[in-house]
Amino acid sequence: MSPESLSQIFLSAALANNFVLAMFLGLCPFLGVSARMNTAFPMGLASAFVMLVASLCAFGLNLLLTQFHLEFLRLIAYIVVIASAVQLVEMILKKHSPALFRALGIYLPLITTNCAVLGVALFQTAREYSFLQSLSFSLGAGAGFTLALVLMASMRERLQLSEVPGVVQGTALSLMLAGLLSMAFMGFAGLGA
Amino acid sequence: MKDLSQAKNFDEFLEGIWRQNPVFVMVLGMCPALAVTVSAVNALAMGFATTFVLVCSCLLVSLMRKLVPKEVRIATYIVIIATFVTVVDYIIQAVSLELYEALGAFIQLIVVNCIILGRAEAHASKHPPLTAITNALGMGIGFTIGLFALGGVREILGAGKFFGVSLFGANFQPWVVMVLPPGGFFVLGAWLLLFAVIRRRKEVRLSTSGGGHVA
Repeated sequence: MSPESLSQIFLSAALANNFVLAMFLGLCPFLGVSARMNTAFPMGLASAFVMLVASLCAFGLNLLLTQFHLEFLRLIAYIVVIASAVQLVEMILKKHSPALFRALGIYLPLITTNCAVLGVALFQTAREYSFLQSLSFSLGAGAGFTLALVLMASMRERLQLSEVPGVVQGTALSLMLAGLLSMAFMGFAGLGA
Repeated sequence: MKDLSQAKNFDEFLEGIWRQNPVFVMVLGMCPALAVTVSAVNALAMGFATTFVLVCSCLLVSLMRKLVPKEVRIATYIVIIATFVTVVDYIIQAVSLELYEALGAFIQLIVVNCIILGRAEAHASKHPPLTAITNALGMGIGFTIGLFALGGVREILGAGKFFGVSLFGANFQPWVVMVLPPGGFFVLGAWLLLFAVIRRRKEVRLSTSGGGHVA
């Protein structure tokens, strides 16, 4: 088991080792949906929720797999569980909160291929976190992902109002922005492990 | 007839390397592209691992394209990809433990690399095996070249080395930020910028010379 405290794990996953800006996980949605605030925030929350569910499932699954010495099946099992978790979340949302379901739309099924979700499951296994530690880790990762998405969206919304040379526009500029944001997040180094 | 099919195959191959380069044109598979490219060796290893998974999964997907029901195709593709990634994971662990530790969880994260699922869905599921392999190989090599371009630049600027060989002597002050996370974003941004400038120049030249293009 890892000796880190719960708050340390949370802060580390959310800020110092931010999933998007320091560990390069989940870049596709980060660049894809961060153009506007009203898609970025719900996407962040939905991903955070799937991370939480996937992390809990992965914890139970890992116990089961180690019990039967089937570690080589871990990757396949995780990805299947994540895909089903996303499907489940989709069905529950559709039944109980159709408004939120419509707001999220196409982004919901796309969470399956978000590497931040699989990343949470893989990292918590590799670091041998306990149940509570895994919980704190996935909550921190989700919070960090949402934070990065919201920050980036607000920067890009402002950018649309400013004059930018034509050549730079598009992905190149978004990447430069992400670089600056990532540099700012390096200031958190030392918070957490 | 044979010449024609050969030319077409070659075109499929080139598509991934240049016209549809996964890193620089489609901007897919960003996560491993930025995370592991702190040195040229890591970049090459990651590129080859991804190419292997890409070619094998596209072959299998293409062979099974008539057997898999439409409703469960994505799930099937992911399981196929995950199987080959597990194989690569164990191979790298057996061949070089040092490399395995440097690449870390990103070998297993090849599963969710959008290039592979994208190729399986958009190309391999609609074409016969030979065409699918050719296209996958081109994409894989294009991805490797992209990673190498990132990793090489970051290693030279950030550590003053290339393939671990020191380039500038003892007085060189390494530009450390380039091997840290922000450097990944900056270098990729700079490459994209370079390509945008080249494309812009070409467009301007075509429109002023007046040849070829009709507006």
